[in-house]
Amino acid sequence: MKWLHKDLLDVSQLSRSEVMAIFETAGRFQELQERPVKKVPTLKGRSVILFFAEPSTRTKTSFDVAGKRLSADTFSLATSSSSLTKGESLKDTALTLQAMAPDAIVIRHWCSGAARFLADRLECSVINAGDGRHAHPTQALLDSFTLHQEWGDLTGKTVLILGDIAHSRVARSNVILLRKLGANVRICGPRTLLPPALNTWPVKVFSDLSEAVKGVDAVMCLRLQLERQKDGLLPDLREYARTFGLGLKHVELANPDVRILHPGPLNRGVEINSELADTANSLILDQVASGVVVRMALLFLYMTRKGEE
Amino acid sequence: MAKIDLIVRRARLDGKEVDVFVSRGRIVEVKPSAKSLDTGEARVEEAYGLTLLPSLTDVHVHLREPGFEYKEDVESGLRAAAWGGFGNIMCMANTKPVNDCESVTEMMLEKARKYWPKGPRLFPIGALTKGLKGQELAPMAELAKAGCAAFSNDGVPVESTKIFRLAVEYASDWDRVVIDHCEDPYLGVAAGVNEGEVSSRLGLPGQPDVAEALQVARDVLLSEYLDLPIHLAHISCRKSVDLIRFAKARGVRITAETTPHYLTMTEDVLEAEATEYSTLAKVNPPLRTEDDRLAMIEALNDGTIDCLATDHAPHAGYEKETEFDVAPCGITGLDTALSVTWGLVRDGVLTRETFVRAWTTAPCTVFNLPVNTFAPGDPADFFLFDEDEEWTVTPQALHSKGKNTPLLGSVLKGRVKTHFIAGKKIV
Repeated sequence: MKWLHKDLLDVSQLSRSEVMAIFETAGRFQELQERPVKKVPTLKGRSVILFFAEPSTRTKTSFDVAGKRLSADTFSLATSSSSLTKGESLKDTALTLQAMAPDAIVIRHWCSGAARFLADRLECSVINAGDGRHAHPTQALLDSFTLHQEWGDLTGKTVLILGDIAHSRVARSNVILLRKLGANVRICGPRTLLPPALNTWPVKVFSDLSEAVKGVDAVMCLRLQLERQKDGLLPDLREYARTFGLGLKHVELANPDVRILHPGPLNRGVEINSELADTANSLILDQVASGVVVRMALLFLYMTRKGEE
Repeated sequence: MAKIDLIVRRARLDGKEVDVFVSRGRIVEVKPSAKSLDTGEARVEEAYGLTLLPSLTDVHVHLREPGFEYKEDVESGLRAAAWGGFGNIMCMANTKPVNDCESVTEMMLEKARKYWPKGPRLFPIGALTKGLKGQELAPMAELAKAGCAAFSNDGVPVESTKIFRLAVEYASDWDRVVIDHCEDPYLGVAAGVNEGEVSSRLGLPGQPDVAEALQVARDVLLSEYLDLPIHLAHISCRKSVDLIRFAKARGVRITAETTPHYLTMTEDVLEAEATEYSTLAKVNPPLRTEDDRLAMIEALNDGTIDCLATDHAPHAGYEKETEFDVAPCGITGLDTALSVTWGLVRDGVLTRETFVRAWTTAPCTVFNLPVNTFAPGDPADFFLFDEDEEWTVTPQALHSKGKNTPLLGSVLKGRVKTHFIAGKKIV
């Protein structure tokens, strides 16, 4: 497939067939994971800058592994080593990076719209690895890829997204992608952690977790940022865990082979019962593995676009 | 009869062709244009084909001097005002240092006299509380004496209702009106985006319309209780309008302004493909919904909203060319306000009467400023306007140092050709 997009800012810009192309490419890279030498020369001589203005371990490592397995040179720039901490503007940081002539920049930033800001100003591909509360397209793609591996088609499946939706870029991108792939989406969380104008989202909203979980095929737990309590959005973590934490009793209300996802890192005992995270229903580690191949697929497609091979 | 020193010939005033006779800075007479005229020694301004409008008054401008001259200064702000059709402008106190003592007021006035001795006229607005901190009253007697025309903490709403009440009472001792920046300080401060559908999808923390309306409700109740006037700045939403309409029906001494951008733009700008997350549309209060926009037009036409004001908020280019969260709020407005709002008159959205009331008589009445109604004795403050001249909003076309407007690239209609203040040509 000839890849025409320059940037990946959110899943909304991808058609269903493009998503399928990403999944297909990721599927081919999966076989590579089984080999003793997990490396191909596909992107040899190409360079990717991993610009993480916000702390991240798994996404950054995942992109790093993905790039290296395709033989791309990856360069990391983290918050602490970034000139942003010295007061440099994002524009100047971006132009400096651009002058180093990378083929792609993977950016994570605390501001919604930051990836778009860079994409408008840079010639190389910009891949959004999470911008503020806005979007996390690669996470959504790896989540759906994980479910696609389990189910094949997602059409007609019901997925519950549970927890802090308001502050979650993972939730925003997942809602868009799951709907695009034909799944029904439910949302559940305390009112203080739900975004405004939810009636305009293509989801069903629940405040009672026991109701929300009935008959669902998958539950996607979101990480609760513990500082939300300090922001006054929650009375305390104990109450949150008792009311909105996914427990064994909830799983019994869902479909028997319900799948459980979590983008990590986990707060065991807060958003998810600790044992539940380790059961056969849990796809949490599969998500991590999917993350590498989906990101390999994305780097491949974006860095060999314009019909290059 | 006084000696005529200026005659404006064949100008179009409210659909008629007129000659305007001026003496010593004041209107003497406006009468149907004569075919031939003995002009004597008077200066003659040929205005054939041009529209004659009274100079506009902008009661809400940020000139940024002292402290932020790189964004705007008194000289550049007055230049933008002169070319924008404004004869009177009132500038807010959120400078650095804050305009909370006579020396700052005097400095602003001195700069105005130095750079624009013939006008536009500058009327500084003094701080309501010292340092805009909302804790102690500013020395309003001193500020009024130095030349402040009103008082406001614009930019930083007064959190304590008690302090705000005292400020309104004290300001009344000096016959000055208080202008309130209506924003509940706890609900989404200066988010720059309306809380709702768009903010929800974009993942931006928004400012709900009730953040404004709650403060409007407070001011309505206080104004009624104290029987003192309060002017509400930059009203942006239907909820506020409903409260103001209710207040006016009860005879409460509330007046209000809105801006050209709330009449013409909505939050959708931030989601449009070409302008997604555009910091140029980041303004406080934020651009609201289409329903709010329609409410503003309705309220302006029926007089619920008294005045138009630009809330001219210039910023340097690099300050806006940054992440949305980081960018300052504000849209530059003095250069574009006339074309934008006259466009609404042309489109039949506003009547000419509403336009003139909202830009001239109403603000001048509220703040006791000179106003030109073309009646004998009125100040000869007017400009000649080419309604049909098209111009593109480019940084070079703007006289203000602030180029931060979401209108950049748009083609507007209508340009000021000549502007007179007190009978003297200023541009």
